[in-house]
Amino acid sequence: MSTHAESLTALGLRSHRRRYGEAVVKVLLGICALISVLTTVGIVAALFIPAFEFFQDVSILDFLTGTEWAPLFEPAFFGVVPLVVGTLSVTFWAVLVAIPLGLGGAIYLSEYASSRMRRLLKPLLELLAGIPTIVFGYFALTFFTPLLRDIGIEVDVFNALSAGLVMGVMIIPTVASLSEDAMAAVPRDLRDGAFALGSSRMQVATRIVVPAATSGIVAAFVLGISRAVGETMIALVAGGLQPNLTFDPRQAIETMAAFIAATGNGDVPTGSLEYKTIFAVGATLFVMTFALNVVAIRLVQRFREEYE
Amino acid sequence: MSMVKIAEDLARKPTPPKSDVVFDVQDVGVSYDGALAIRDVTMEIYGKQITAIIGPSGCGKSTFIRCFNRMNDLIPGAKVHGKILYHGEDLYDPDVDSVEVRKRIGMVFQKPNPFPKSIYDNVAFGPRVLGWKENVDERVERALRQAALWDEVKDRLKKNALGLSGGQQQRLCIARALATEPEVILMDEPASALDPIATTRIEDLMHDLKREYTILIVTHNMQQAARVADRTAFFSVDLGPEGQRTGILVEYDDTTKIFTQPSDKRTEDYVTGRFG
Amino acid sequence: MKRRRRDVKGAVFQALLLLSLVVAFVTLATLLVDVVRKGAGHLTKRLITDVPSIDPTIAGARPAILATIYLGVLLLLFTVPIGVGTAIYLEEYADRKRWYNRLLELNIQNLAAVPSIVYGILGLAFLVRGLGLGRVLVAGALILTLLVLPTVIIAAREAIRAVPDSIRQAAYALGATQWQVISRQVLPASIPGIATGAILALSRGLGETAPLIMIGAVTYVAFDPSLMSLFTALPIQIYQWVRLPQAEFRELAAAAIIVLLGIVFTLNAAAIWLRNRYQRTW
Repeated sequence: MSTHAESLTALGLRSHRRRYGEAVVKVLLGICALISVLTTVGIVAALFIPAFEFFQDVSILDFLTGTEWAPLFEPAFFGVVPLVVGTLSVTFWAVLVAIPLGLGGAIYLSEYASSRMRRLLKPLLELLAGIPTIVFGYFALTFFTPLLRDIGIEVDVFNALSAGLVMGVMIIPTVASLSEDAMAAVPRDLRDGAFALGSSRMQVATRIVVPAATSGIVAAFVLGISRAVGETMIALVAGGLQPNLTFDPRQAIETMAAFIAATGNGDVPTGSLEYKTIFAVGATLFVMTFALNVVAIRLVQRFREEYE
Repeated sequence: MSMVKIAEDLARKPTPPKSDVVFDVQDVGVSYDGALAIRDVTMEIYGKQITAIIGPSGCGKSTFIRCFNRMNDLIPGAKVHGKILYHGEDLYDPDVDSVEVRKRIGMVFQKPNPFPKSIYDNVAFGPRVLGWKENVDERVERALRQAALWDEVKDRLKKNALGLSGGQQQRLCIARALATEPEVILMDEPASALDPIATTRIEDLMHDLKREYTILIVTHNMQQAARVADRTAFFSVDLGPEGQRTGILVEYDDTTKIFTQPSDKRTEDYVTGRFG
Repeated sequence: MKRRRRDVKGAVFQALLLLSLVVAFVTLATLLVDVVRKGAGHLTKRLITDVPSIDPTIAGARPAILATIYLGVLLLLFTVPIGVGTAIYLEEYADRKRWYNRLLELNIQNLAAVPSIVYGILGLAFLVRGLGLGRVLVAGALILTLLVLPTVIIAAREAIRAVPDSIRQAAYALGATQWQVISRQVLPASIPGIATGAILALSRGLGETAPLIMIGAVTYVAFDPSLMSLFTALPIQIYQWVRLPQAEFRELAAAAIIVLLGIVFTLNAAAIWLRNRYQRTW
């Protein structure tokens, strides 16, 4: 055995020194990757441990079905339904804008725009995507709500409609760029085949490309919805902080995210029931967006398997 | 495929002298996720000669040549069976370090793949990763001269290598491999992406290099094998009962013999152009 | 006749598609014009040099602007090494067949879509109260780091994946170790892509408001911030001014928005320039 080892050394095929550096680097990189895992673990722990404590004081059934939300009043009510309805109301208007316009823009960019046009339009979309949400909130409150009033829609100072519509514009780039990616992945020959059969550009777009990219496009929609559900600043600044149980978009409402931000910045004492409401609502919000994200990730995976 | 042309090439070729065995390949097979790509290859490869590996596409030529510098280690799921003795030591011994193997056994790839850096940095990369900090300039110049590229690039060593022509890029890749002072150079279809003039230059270069180096070349071009190789191995595809394709070594002999009096019918069919 | 009718339909369809984008861009333009119209009058030297005040005529945003700059520097210092490290691990080391590596990927995709307010809750629970860091600037930087990390990881992975395998093979064949291959060939070749992603992530992080609210940045700060001091960032300053009823404060908010948009657009433009300048087709 020793002669064997010696001959390897003589040829120099055996490493002269163990490469500890390589192993250390691998461990360090693994630690970097671990930080993402710890973030998720941290989020789950941060939300669900206090939420669990909260549900020892407040019945989970009352929380999920109660129609009155007044955690800071005496007597307090902890029915999350008004916050969920407020969130869904704003989301509805946002999606109403973002899905058709995002998809329309994506079809234009993918199937119609010349490369020069794309070079102009895509940076503009990125510019729109880069605008901080607080700026959209400001715009909704100080420009769009007065505009709605000027054209005869009697909205409150804070209202779901203005917040939702502006949020919709904010989400257009998300929907558009993800849908466009999906359509760009549809193989060229599918289109060529249809063109060869005498189809028009519109027929190719609507009957070939969009159906072929459906799962990717739906994923874009779902991610757009997820963003609207979780968006804080526009709802906080322009939607209001009144937990009205209403789908009337002209009224002020309170979304889950807005409640968290409004309550979290105060000096609510740690450990109090009010403090824990932040986490109970946060956990509800997280579960909703998590479900949407999982659906979107699944759809994207399915789409990739089809075309890549 | 012109047999006349091949015969002319062979007529000028002396019988290869016997020399040291550099590689002793014993029952080598390669599997990807359990499926055999090649199997049962046994052959000896001699020093300071050019050994060509020919055969139809899909016969595992490239897979085979990548066994010699353990490049197959980098493919997840790939496993090499059998033994390859390099000067008597098994390259796949658990004590052997693949990095050390690759320092001694260089490789040139099918498509020229210079690094997106300067010509100088391309050649200096090998010496630098080996920690040879001294005389880097001399090493670079020597390698470029050996690869017959020095005169063309000496005035633009700091220019990006991607600005060179395809043939120059491939000679740069050869120079890059030579700079680590290997004993063996593996060439995986080194001229298949090049035009005929660039191909000729590479072949001339191989003739010069074999005085100092042992060269193993995979080629799909039979005339090229006939022109450059001292010995030639013919690989073919063996169809299994369920249609699985496995590469096997059919015949291995002096190049002249392979092309003029092959002892296997499959070799004869292939070199006369009746197959593949 | 039939043919002509179909062309009309196609033209209308195309016009509607283009209209989708026009609506988005008209809104963008309106927003910019509106902000400039309202804020230009307050865009004075005072905004940058003075501290906030209850008197809108003398109020500035100096502490907020400084804090945003500090946050930006810290954000880059934290996210680039961690993000690139994670990307290298996933692209160059991780075996996709292992369940934990697939889970890690799903985890990052999900984190990219978790609402920013949820990161704020994480910061409140763990950094501010749990670790007892308090409502300090470093806590804000850390939570923004976690928030934009998925963006950096995804961008860095794409940049690393774009480096052709032939480069890695060539380096390995010369006797380089795995880390030598990565550090001397793969990373240098992917720097433009990584830098583009990092700048875009920075731009996104600096515009975030909600997580910083949770960290407790909504507060009156009349001094230049330091790493371990209370702080208020530019988006938070805007939020605070927007909430006030007086028209002057709304105009002040608009002026601060101009400054914020100036920072964000400059970063985005730099990222786009970098991408166009160094885009390499292999």
